[in-house]
Amino acid sequence: MLSRVADNLYWMSRYLERAEHAARLLDVNLNLMLDESTSSADRRWKRVLAALGNPPNLAWSGDAYQVAQILTFDPGNRSSITACVAAARENARQVREEISSDQWQRLNHLFHQVTRHKPNETEDVLPSDFLLAVIEGVHLIQGVTDSTMSHGEGWHFIQVGRYMERACATVTLLGLYHREFWGHPDQTPEAAEYLEWVGLLRSCTAFEAYCKVYTADISPDRIIEFLLLNPEFPHSVRYSIDHLQRALDAIHGEGGKRRGAPLTRLAGRLQASLSFGQISEILSQDVGAYLQDILRQCRDIHETIYQLYVDYAIQTALAG
Amino acid sequence: MGLAEISRFDHPVLQDYLVDDAYDETFESPGKPRPHYAPLLETFSSLPADEIRRRKHSADLAFLNQGITFTVYGRDEGTERIFPYDLLPRLITSAEWTRIERGLTQRITALNLFLRDIYHEGRILSDGTVPREIVYSCKHFRRQMRGLQVPRNVYVAVVGSDLIRMPGGEFVVLEDNLRVPSGVSYMLTNRRVMKRIFPNLFRKQGVRPIEHYTQALLSTLRSLSPEGRPEPTIVLLSPGVFNSAYFEHAYLARQMGIELVEGRDLVTHDNVVYMRTTTGLRRVDVIYRRVDDDFIDPLAFRSDSVLGVSGLFNAYRAGNVTLANAFGTGVADDKALYAYVPKIIKYYLNEDPILNNVDTYLLTDPVQRQHVLQNLDKVVVKAVGESGGYGMLIGPHSTAAQRQEFHDRIVADPRNYIAQPTITFSRAPCFIDDTLQPRHVDLRPYVLFGDKVTIVPGGLTRVALRRGSLVVNSSQGGGSKDTWVLNQ
Repeated sequence: MLSRVADNLYWMSRYLERAEHAARLLDVNLNLMLDESTSSADRRWKRVLAALGNPPNLAWSGDAYQVAQILTFDPGNRSSITACVAAARENARQVREEISSDQWQRLNHLFHQVTRHKPNETEDVLPSDFLLAVIEGVHLIQGVTDSTMSHGEGWHFIQVGRYMERACATVTLLGLYHREFWGHPDQTPEAAEYLEWVGLLRSCTAFEAYCKVYTADISPDRIIEFLLLNPEFPHSVRYSIDHLQRALDAIHGEGGKRRGAPLTRLAGRLQASLSFGQISEILSQDVGAYLQDILRQCRDIHETIYQLYVDYAIQTALAG
Repeated sequence: MGLAEISRFDHPVLQDYLVDDAYDETFESPGKPRPHYAPLLETFSSLPADEIRRRKHSADLAFLNQGITFTVYGRDEGTERIFPYDLLPRLITSAEWTRIERGLTQRITALNLFLRDIYHEGRILSDGTVPREIVYSCKHFRRQMRGLQVPRNVYVAVVGSDLIRMPGGEFVVLEDNLRVPSGVSYMLTNRRVMKRIFPNLFRKQGVRPIEHYTQALLSTLRSLSPEGRPEPTIVLLSPGVFNSAYFEHAYLARQMGIELVEGRDLVTHDNVVYMRTTTGLRRVDVIYRRVDDDFIDPLAFRSDSVLGVSGLFNAYRAGNVTLANAFGTGVADDKALYAYVPKIIKYYLNEDPILNNVDTYLLTDPVQRQHVLQNLDKVVVKAVGESGGYGMLIGPHSTAAQRQEFHDRIVADPRNYIAQPTITFSRAPCFIDDTLQPRHVDLRPYVLFGDKVTIVPGGLTRVALRRGSLVVNSSQGGGSKDTWVLNQ
């Protein structure tokens, strides 16, 4: 497969995952905001902005709806949902002969839905319907991808993009919540804090899945354990890294084991540390640093993927 | 409703069908269809207008859903439109086709010999059959190609020549496209859609198949592989997704099962071309390029090109990679050189041309220039290096100001223009606003030249959809028809 094609598929997938994540994050927080005072709104929206990587040219203005509008509709802001969907489509457009027509049609449909949506200026209701439509649109594309595209190298690059983005998003959110709310892990959270931790679960679609494992007994250490180490829940970090590693293994298979060795080592080490890690151990050390280290390892994996498959130097490729 | 009725001029679908001095593809004389069109007209006349509209609609949908579109420039939303086409196919009899086939084979053989000659010994120039100035002053002449040996001496592997039919019914060549001719994907997809919509007609008419074009293109490219590379890696080089023919590039690559690459996917090292793949660099042997000469290698040609591959030309010179078509083929489809093609055929093959040219006035000749300048309202003036219907003056449809503008341009740079008498080329009925209306058509068959010459029986019939218009180019409001070469 051409390196450029792998690059396009990887980023198409990452941008779609990013759009979905942003839509859910906004929806959850707009909803929670209805139950709170102005002073905590400040902290909330600064946190949301941080979770989306503190988009440039967008400072917290005190008006949640305005920020949400920009993060949803402004095509000029690279973090906005509209910009993410447009970027995913642009990547797909350049590899149209590699993806199935169904995939393209779904993605194209979502793009037109997003870019043609005209927010009604007179009403200040939440753009909730719109955000849910985006989430649904991304889910449809993922389903169509899995059922109409050959599960070959291209599909594996799509998986890599999706789980890379998801792992980074979940780790980032965990870090922010830990920094802000971690204080009395042994005590039952107060009402406000309780809502926030539920908000974290909802931002990762994890509330129901969490309750199935731990019941509705909300405790921060269990939440961290669940989102970090649960092997079965698709938005947990461990699940994402497991699938990332599997997809990378499948890709190495095409190019020979030896060449992929540095990547196998990096992904395997991260995967093993999550598989065999224990929450008590993790909580007894500096959790913030631990999460930062996972992000760093993800970045290393991303860079190594590029060095091996996309952006490699010609000299080394000729020698090998 | 039968054939007898549609032949009558008061039939509703024919009420707008006027005759003039142009050759009519379908009707011998008013109300009398040519025999080979009889089954077609019978089928069409038995269908109610609603049914025809329904089938047209279903064909439109098929084109749109399969993404058979071209990009309209200037909108950032990436507007894509389908190429307008007409339901009524254009028919060519077996006898007519045989002549076209022989004529094009002769022409392309001679033009390849000509290109080899001018880039080597230049015999035809020394003999004075073709004036040196015409060759050396052509902006598509590439001195870098001098003395370079190309595989099998094939310079032009893929040709799309434009033919028109004269009022007397004879096919003549209007233009040769020897650089990067396009449109073949429309020929193939038109046929696929028509087969789905009118399956019965195909059975009745006996139509020769064209589906093997991509297979033939692939084996042509393979036959041009550099020496010592028996299992060549072949790629299609496209300028990228912003090119208006990107659909065609993707379509052909997919049909041939080869990679669709852009300039940034290729690298050269030690005069070998590689493509970047996820499994490492892979050597490339044959490039079917759809990028113009000027843009293909920033080191050899235009240095501001971002579409090309640095060092490609040197790899080509070293014989490590084949390009189809070769560089510098544009010199042979220069519109001034066109006037010499009959002489070129005679010179190399010692045969008379089977397909004639349209009379052409060379404006570098003072007598001919004087004649043209006095008759600008009767002739067509074309810029020699342009294609796509740009840079043209159609005398009878022009204003005094346009004629004055061309008058001045010709006087300033006579080498850059040629003139031809205005020809009303043939017309065919098209289904427009629920009636059959005559529109002018041309024919672009696709010729492949490798270890042998292959011309799939068919081509792209382009239609000037505007009433009375003689311009068939898609960029200028043209459409297309499926073209059926019959068994008989």
